[in-house]
Formats: sequence, structure tokens, C-alpha cells
Amino acid sequence: MATQQRRFNRFARTIAVAVSATALIALSACSAGGGGGGGDSALGFTAAEQVKDSPITVWVDASREPAVEAFKAKYPDIELNVETYDGNASGSGSFQTKISLFDQSGEGWPDVVFSTQNNDASWASKETNGQQAFAAPVNKGWFDKDFLDGFTPGALDPLTVDGTVYGLRNDLAQSVFWYDQTLFDQFGYQIPTTWEEYEALSDKLAAEHPGYILGSVGDAFVGMLVYYWGAQAPVFQLDGNTFSSDTSADNSKKMTELLDHMVANGTLAKESVFSSDFVQKYQGKALGMPGPIWFTGALFQNPDSLNVPAGQLGAATPLHWDGEEIGTGNVGGGTWFASSHTKNLDAVKTLMEFVTSADEFQVEQSGGYPAYASAAEKWIAKQATGGYFVGDFEKTVVDASSQVWTGWGYPSFSAETAYSKVVLPAIAAGDTIESVAAKWQTEMENEAQVQGYTVAK
Amino acid sequence: MGYAFSAGYGILLILFGLLPALYAIFLAFTQEGAFVGLDNFVKVFNDYRFWPAVQHVAVYLVIWLTFQTIFVVLLALIVHAFGSRWLSISTRFLYYIPGALAGASSVMLWLFLLDPSVSPVSGVLRALGMDSFVETVSIENLPVIFTIIAFWTGAGGWIVIMYGALNNISQEVMEAARVDGAGTVKTAWYIQLPLLRKWISYMGIMTLAAGTQLFVEPRILSQASKGVVPGDYSLNQLAYLYAFRQNDFNGSAAISLILLVVALGLAAFFVFRGGLFERD
Repeated sequence: MATQQRRFNRFARTIAVAVSATALIALSACSAGGGGGGGDSALGFTAAEQVKDSPITVWVDASREPAVEAFKAKYPDIELNVETYDGNASGSGSFQTKISLFDQSGEGWPDVVFSTQNNDASWASKETNGQQAFAAPVNKGWFDKDFLDGFTPGALDPLTVDGTVYGLRNDLAQSVFWYDQTLFDQFGYQIPTTWEEYEALSDKLAAEHPGYILGSVGDAFVGMLVYYWGAQAPVFQLDGNTFSSDTSADNSKKMTELLDHMVANGTLAKESVFSSDFVQKYQGKALGMPGPIWFTGALFQNPDSLNVPAGQLGAATPLHWDGEEIGTGNVGGGTWFASSHTKNLDAVKTLMEFVTSADEFQVEQSGGYPAYASAAEKWIAKQATGGYFVGDFEKTVVDASSQVWTGWGYPSFSAETAYSKVVLPAIAAGDTIESVAAKWQTEMENEAQVQGYTVAK
Repeated sequence: MGYAFSAGYGILLILFGLLPALYAIFLAFTQEGAFVGLDNFVKVFNDYRFWPAVQHVAVYLVIWLTFQTIFVVLLALIVHAFGSRWLSISTRFLYYIPGALAGASSVMLWLFLLDPSVSPVSGVLRALGMDSFVETVSIENLPVIFTIIAFWTGAGGWIVIMYGALNNISQEVMEAARVDGAGTVKTAWYIQLPLLRKWISYMGIMTLAAGTQLFVEPRILSQASKGVVPGDYSLNQLAYLYAFRQNDFNGSAAISLILLVVALGLAAFFVFRGGLFERD
């Protein structure tokens, strides 16, 4: 009997194990939420009861720790609890996951959060399970208009929902066309300014200098945020609560054809720009490539990546369709959110202003192009000293910062997941993007539907 | 006294096993506290991600279960047949080592093995037509990849258990078989395998329970491949997305209940076919 009983226990345990893992997830949702809040105060949200000089909790990723350190040095009287997390990177969703748990428990929220993603406002601006939206509106009376106007035009767009701004932008990631002047001179080519010229150049390059490249399509962010966004293709749009994606619109189709064509002639690498294969094959062989401003630190000036020597690299005007206005892409750029539940609004405001605009961080230590215009000018001037770049680097980059195409949407799901799931495997398998374009569009529409958006056909 | 001894386990089982399960049942049939019948289930069934996830997990289970059963038993029989005590011990130890690595860290190791640009076995991968990580982790390859990972981490423990079960077979029976002229293969087929039946079905149940909950491996591969392996590959991942990306704990609970019912059904099959509750 004992043996049988034991075996039965094992069996029961097996079942229990099977259930508990999934159920535990649910358990964490157990406790009931507190009261919600309206938006009727002078701030645009209901502030919690303030506790003077209370410590504030700040979540940052490792790259933003210097910002907090600089703040501590300048404001030693403000008490900070700094917690380092993954910065919500690569769509990990950790920010939303944690906030939704605090929403369930009705307490414990951090006061300020840095996120590497720029679509968090879509959920952080919404009330969840009876709790006031996590992100505090900044333009409804809390921050001064003068301060907010100091951001580069368009910088706060990803954080804006129905005219209300739900956070501050840390950095911008506008795309430009990077080029290797030495190679261009050597081959006797003209730097392209339009997508048409870019494609024509690729045929010439493929015929005369095979093995050299004009970019890569091995990453979803490059495909979506550099090429399709930069083509002003309406593949990822949001209007209120209505999502739409049209991979067969003119600009979408033109970009699909361009990419398929250049993959076929070998001038677009299939490797991810961060892979060791890419570095091995294309160090010294990248004639030019469209890409965000942070490509300079991540690829060109990085000894472990393309490692372009000083005096060769330049940034040219973003590529665009012949006869159309420039509307470039944007690849990321972090955001700072203030909690609407904070008990120390003053300290939070001081910190938010400092980390986004003060020279101590944005000019001296930031790795990305500051979203705050005055800091950006000083930052870019600092990059330009030392003679690394050729051509009119400063002007091109500053101009591009306000040329980001505004037709792109920031819904609560990433633009990259559908592309990763459908398009990247197709390219790797040697198929064209055109052959999966319909499937790719359906995937995006399905994602939108699941997230509660209306899908416009 | 017996109750006191079992209380520790019993209380934990109730707290972390039964109560959450009951809570999940409550959640699955309600929305914001109000009874909604099967609405949550209908919603989940109509989710475009649900059936692909079911299919992914099912294919993986079939491949893994078959592979695991055949090879664990085979390897256990071989190790058991070793004459040298020293060889037998060291082989069992070797088999067991990978299982000592925690789930997530073993997947990290596999990330290197599966990426042709850094893999020590890149020759094999390229020979199979996989020239990049993206090609290696394409949807069609995943069930096999997960099977290999799971076998590598889990099989060692089972081989040790099967080995113990083989040791339990009385010497007299084995002796009698030998006297009757049965060789190693015939002994294995007619004597050892039938006597291992309960152990094999026990392994089947545990494998099923673990397999239907597939989560860590696809989740890490998904992050490493930046989404080429979709974040909604398995049912448990889908339940996770429901709870934490959509704030829909009810839908999440519905998925977990579906998993429970399926796992119970399959386990029942093994229990009755394997005679797990029959007395010796």
C-alpha cells in the first residue's frame, strides 16, 4: 500500500507541478488594486500625498548609470534608490511586466524609469486594472513649457498620446547615410542622395567591385526602422486606436523591390551588423550604409566592429525618394518616465530635467544624440572635434534630427517582431521579401488585434 | 506521527500547488470577478497564436517522447550490461553531468553551439545547410533542437533511474534466462523491458508534464535571435504574454487550464497503459 501511495503522490505532484508554474503567474495577480484616479488636478493627473524630502526610486539600465551618478554629485541632498534593470531592451517587456504587478498590488512603483524602448507610452499612458496610468503627463502643468520646447522638434512624438506628453526623450536615433569617402574616391563614385541613386549605385558596385556592400538587412531594426521608415512606407501606422499596415502601398512596394534587388546583387549583407561574420566579411568593405546616428559608436568607431580609420567616414543627407521630401527613419532613443504615484514630485522633476538636459550627462557622457536641442548641439560639436569625420558631419546630423518621418506609429507592440518572425527567416532562406509581404502584413495586423487595436484594412 | 511527517509537503502542496490551481480555475471562468462561462476559452481558441502554439508543442512532444523513451532505455540497458564496474560508474556520471546545469544556463551553452559563426560544430551545421543562426533556429528545426537540448539535460538523470530499476530485477530471473539460453538482446526484450514498464510510463508522465510546459528554451532562443524564434512559440509563452503583455490574467488562466486538462488526459493514458498503480 505504501508503495502505491507514494506513487500516487508522485503522480499528484507531477500534476501539481504542471499546474503551479502557470498558476503562479496568475497568483501574482491576486491582490486587489487600490482606487483609481481621475485627471482633474493642475498637473493633469491625481498626485499622491506628498512626503517632503522622501527618497525616490530610479530604474536605469547600465548605460544610464552615469546620469544618476552625475545627478547625485550635483544634488547630494536628494536621496535616491537606484536600481539597475535591463532597460526593457530588445522588447523584453520587463518594464511593463513589473509595473503591471505593482498595479495589481497597488503600491511599490518606482518614481522614475528609464526605458530603451520608445513605444512604452502606449501602455504607460493607460489606466490598468483600476490604477491611474503609470506615466505622469508632463505637459499639463507640471513641467514648464519653456523647458519642453527645448527638445528637438518631433523628439517627444513617441511619448505623445492624444496631445498629452507622457515622458521625456533621452536621445534621438535619426538615420543618415554613412559613407566611406576614401572608398568613394577610389572607385570614382558619387554619394547617392536618393533611394533611386542608391539602387543604381548598387548595380555598378556589384559589377565592378563584388564583395563590397551598401548596407545590411540581417536585423529587423534595420529593415523596419531604417529602410521602410526611411522610405516613408505606411507599413506601421497608428491613428488613435486604429492600426494600419499596407505592404502593397507604393512606397512599401518600391522599398521591397529595392531590398530584394540589392540582396540579389549581393550589395546588401544578410548578416546581422552585430554578428562576427559581418565584421569578418565586411571590415573595410562597407562603401556606405544608411543607419542611425549611433552606428558611429557601435560599428564604425568600434575596434571590434567595422573599425573605420579617422578621416574616412562621413554622414550624408538621409536617402529619400526622388521628388519627395526627406523623411528619415529613427532607430530607438530611450525615454524617461515619471511615476504618477510618486510622493516627491519636486525631486522627480529635478531629476527628469537634469538627466535629459544637463551638460554633465547629456554632453559629457551620453552615448547617443541628446534629444534636448541645446545639449545636442554641444554633443555633436564634441563628436566632431578630433577630425574623425569628413564632410559637413555636424550640419547633416543636426538637420536629420528634425527630419524624422512623422507617419510612423508607436503602438504597444514592437515594429520588429513581425519582421523578425516572417521576413528575416525568408531572407536567410534565400526567398524574396515580396514573397512574404502579405504574410508579414497579416502578422502585424494580428498583433495589433490581439493588443486591442482596431485594424484598418 | 505520519501526519506530522507528511504535513510539511502537504502544506506546501496546498499553498503552491492546489490553491493556485483553484485560483486559476476561478480566473479562467471569470472576468473582473464576474462569471462569464467559456468566454475566456473562446477568446483563447480564436487567438491566431493559439493553434500554431498547440501544434508546436505537440510536434515537440511526439519527437521528444519517442526519442527519450527509446534512447534512455537503450542506453540504460547498455550501461547496465557493462562488465566493468568502473566503466559503468563513470559513464553514468558523464550522462548525469549536463543535467546538473540549470535549465537556462544550459540553453545559453546551446546558443553557441547553434550559431554557425562561433559553433565548434559549425561544420556539421553548414553541412546540413544552416549557414547562419537565423537558418538554424527556423521554425521547422525547433522541435528537433528542443529535443536535443532536453535530452542532453534530462536524459542522464533518467538513465541513472532506469539503471537502478534494472538493478532491482532479481538475479534469479536473470540467471534463469541465461540458463535457458537467452542472449543479451533476448534478455533485454523479454525480461528487462517488461519489468521496466512502470518506470517507462513514469518517465513518460514526467516528460509530458515538462514538455507541455515548454517555456525557458524558446524564450531564451527568442531573445537571442531577436524574435526570429517568435515570443509566442509555445503555449506557456502565450499564457505569459496574456498575463504580462496584455494584462489579461483570465485568458492566461484559461490557457493554463487547457494545459492541465491535456496533461491530465495524457498522464491518465500512461497511468492505465503502464499499470502504474497496479500492485506487484
